[in-house]
Amino acid sequence: MSTESIALTAAGEPAQPLSEVLYSWVTTVDHKRLGILYILYALLFLLIGGLEATVMRIQLIVPHNHFVSPQLFNQLFTMHGTTMIFFVAMPVLFGFGNYLIPLMIGARDMAFPRLNAFSFWLTAFGGLLLYFSFVGGYGLYGAGTAPDVGWFAYAPLTARTFSIGHSTDFWTMSLLVSGVGSIGAAVNFIATIVSMRCPGMTLGKMPLFAWMNLVMGGLVLFTISPLTAAQVMLCLDRFLGAHFFDTQAGGSAFLWMHFFWIFGHPEVYILVLPCFGFASEIIPVFSRKPIFGYPIMVAATVAIGFVSMSVWAHHMFTVGMSAYGNIFFVVTTMAISVPTGIKIFNWLGTMWGGRLQFKTPMLFCVAFIFQFLIAGLTGIMLSAAPFNWQLSGSYFVVAHFHYVIVGAILFTIFGAFYYWFPKMTGRMYNEKLGKLQFWLFVIGFHLTFDFMHVPGILGMPRRIYTYEPGRGWDIWNLIVTVGVFFQAISTLVFVWNLVNSLFKGQPAGNDPWDAWTLEWSTFSPPPEYNFARTPVVRSRRPLWDLKHPEDPDWEFE
Amino acid sequence: MSPLGAESRSHSSAFLPAQCRCGCAPMTHLGPKRVSNFPVRNRCVPRGYLLGGSLFSARSCSCFAFAQASQVPDIFKPASTPADAIHRLSVFVLIITGLIFLVVFSLLAYAVGKFRNNAKEDGREPPQVYGSNQVELAWTVVPVLIVLVLFFATARVIHSIQQAVPPPGTIQVTAIGHQFWWEFRYPGLGVVTANELHVPVSDPRQRTPTFVTLLSADTDHSFWVPQLAGKTDLIPNRVNSMWIEPHETGMYVGQCAQYCGTQHAKMLLRVYVESPEQFNQWIAAEKQPAHSADAVAAGRQIFEKTACINCHAISGSVADGRFGPDLTHLMSRETIAAGAASNTHENLKQWIRNPDSIKPGSLMPAMNLNEQDLEAVTAYLETLR
Repeated sequence: MSTESIALTAAGEPAQPLSEVLYSWVTTVDHKRLGILYILYALLFLLIGGLEATVMRIQLIVPHNHFVSPQLFNQLFTMHGTTMIFFVAMPVLFGFGNYLIPLMIGARDMAFPRLNAFSFWLTAFGGLLLYFSFVGGYGLYGAGTAPDVGWFAYAPLTARTFSIGHSTDFWTMSLLVSGVGSIGAAVNFIATIVSMRCPGMTLGKMPLFAWMNLVMGGLVLFTISPLTAAQVMLCLDRFLGAHFFDTQAGGSAFLWMHFFWIFGHPEVYILVLPCFGFASEIIPVFSRKPIFGYPIMVAATVAIGFVSMSVWAHHMFTVGMSAYGNIFFVVTTMAISVPTGIKIFNWLGTMWGGRLQFKTPMLFCVAFIFQFLIAGLTGIMLSAAPFNWQLSGSYFVVAHFHYVIVGAILFTIFGAFYYWFPKMTGRMYNEKLGKLQFWLFVIGFHLTFDFMHVPGILGMPRRIYTYEPGRGWDIWNLIVTVGVFFQAISTLVFVWNLVNSLFKGQPAGNDPWDAWTLEWSTFSPPPEYNFARTPVVRSRRPLWDLKHPEDPDWEFE
Repeated sequence: MSPLGAESRSHSSAFLPAQCRCGCAPMTHLGPKRVSNFPVRNRCVPRGYLLGGSLFSARSCSCFAFAQASQVPDIFKPASTPADAIHRLSVFVLIITGLIFLVVFSLLAYAVGKFRNNAKEDGREPPQVYGSNQVELAWTVVPVLIVLVLFFATARVIHSIQQAVPPPGTIQVTAIGHQFWWEFRYPGLGVVTANELHVPVSDPRQRTPTFVTLLSADTDHSFWVPQLAGKTDLIPNRVNSMWIEPHETGMYVGQCAQYCGTQHAKMLLRVYVESPEQFNQWIAAEKQPAHSADAVAAGRQIFEKTACINCHAISGSVADGRFGPDLTHLMSRETIAAGAASNTHENLKQWIRNPDSIKPGSLMPAMNLNEQDLEAVTAYLETLR
């Protein structure tokens, strides 16, 4: 174990002109800079997607509201969903993975730095393409024609008959382009994790974050590929007169559903696995204990990876599959709750008997466990196909998947921001503002998404731009909308905290959390070469061994 | 599956759907004594167990106060055989998940409270524990067992609903989804109508369920009347089916539950469950060709000479379009524009004048009739009883 990293200090170099700085960022192949680019890009789209959600919620605050037109509302929910999944959640997780994985496994960079840059710029281009539809949806005349087919774009709404103009073309091309970027990133993650670990770091001694990203990379390869193939087919339909999904020419609406959901469900795990990784790094450090049951955590992750590819048609319980088809997907969907449950228990086991320190990252992770528990339980309700026939396509489902995507994924992402901000910038964030943001977001989240389950149970379908009064939905929609404003304010506090701390934060030091993984052994921010000497590790917590030579981990593992 | 059966019995005694449809808040039925004793527990069983939180029971109770009971398409107020079966399964699943929530949440709350960092012990690390095979085995096996129980309960209900065989008295209906309205055809009875489905109430001794064949004329739609059954999609190039067997007369509301385009929100749906006599009367009336009065001959002529007949059918006249709803008995329906407006003179006129003012993005064009012709056509349509 030798992780003393001697930096060749960059201080004293003359300041570069702005054009040089920008040029160096645009042309960079450094995994840390690309990671930060991914993260900033995702933050920008988070604000845009959040704004879209806010406008939709204002429209739904009372029945028969006229805040936006039905056409605009349909565009907003399409753009909100597409943006949040493809241009917020995936890029931000790729960003953290890019930044952290080489540091955590003691590598100099990702395996393919130029592929890494290429993947980022493809993703970035995809997002710009999507938003260009706002001006180019009808070929530059008639602005404001973003796609309005929903984020899963069921056929035949995407056929030329039902979607005239170019808005759907922008949608499909943008996912085609960013999909290729995602595949590139996944190849890079897998190659890096498999072949670039530092001496001594066997697969069994790798940080859990790297394990989760390894499985995530595999899932991306197997599931973004069908999505990308489906986009190619849709392009053929729209540009060359093919009929894969064109029902009026005998195409199959059903085929698109299968293509989309065989991507769509594993996608949830693509997003949530890295977040499990964040939680599995943050919870031990703030509990002052190693992760409980490392081997079973790894096994559960791998099991989720495999089983998640056999559950997709639980999104299709209402499309009229046979009873046996439904029963198969009930089994697989219920089965995946077992490895997921194991993870929750293991995080609890990690906290049990520890010395919990409720810094902001830990607060977000504890809230994550609580909310992920509820999201899992509503998931079990949805997995019971007959119950699903009632709940599917209703606001209950919207509440359920926002519980996963916001309550679990976004919460851990916030936690990760606070936890690694000192490493990335060398400065400490403002703890008071961090806690304020946490509580504002918790209040807003629960106002919005707890109460959103109710209108679903009372029969309110999703994707309606307005609703009838007198169906018992009004008050719940009002509460849901009120919660959105708490979340919006909280997000602004978060952005302010990041920006302000970047310039005015206290110097953080190399290891502010007294943590145990390799990234904390180098400087904050890490120099371009990461480690002056390649580290050598003997256990899962190399820095614990260094700090406690009398009681090293490798004696027990 | 005894838990399911037990739940169904206890539930049916507690659950009196007749109370819900009278328009009063249910609290008034329970009486003050029972309210103070155990605040509306009976009504809260379904959602009260959801996640086990008091938050949820509170909301489930108060929601009844805000709307006419008859208009709340609450999935926990089933009034039809498949909806009942789903409801029993739902309550069972809610109880199991509620118990899981209580156990895991208690553990989390205990850990957060108990193991909070104590400033006095600062600087010392807690005992380093790496795992425990026994404990981990336990929390793997127990969830597996729970999953097995849930699975068998679910499979049983899937079987009972999806593989039900229509009894002899079954009414057959074909529902065709259109952007953005519903076409209902009764193939055996020679009736075609739109947006408002009429079915007979089913008597357990002489069952008359309604089996619905689901087709789509354009995009995906989904047929969902929560109190009668779960939803089933209508998908182009595909024949789906579902069934309902209502055991209470009354009007049940629902709407399209699969995004189908601009006006997905106003693709509303009503099911009128009637006594067999009422239903037969309705069928007999619907079978008649359109009533034709001389007083409205001018309106009829305008209707038949404009583009109206390209999309609408009126039996006994030259109008035989299929793109829009059949208007033969337009006035027998309480709503127009798939439930977007009530069927009044003013609304009908406004709808013909400018459909976008009621339902922006609907596929009916504004007919640009002058005021006199508009009045005449409206008068003609109002004779179609």
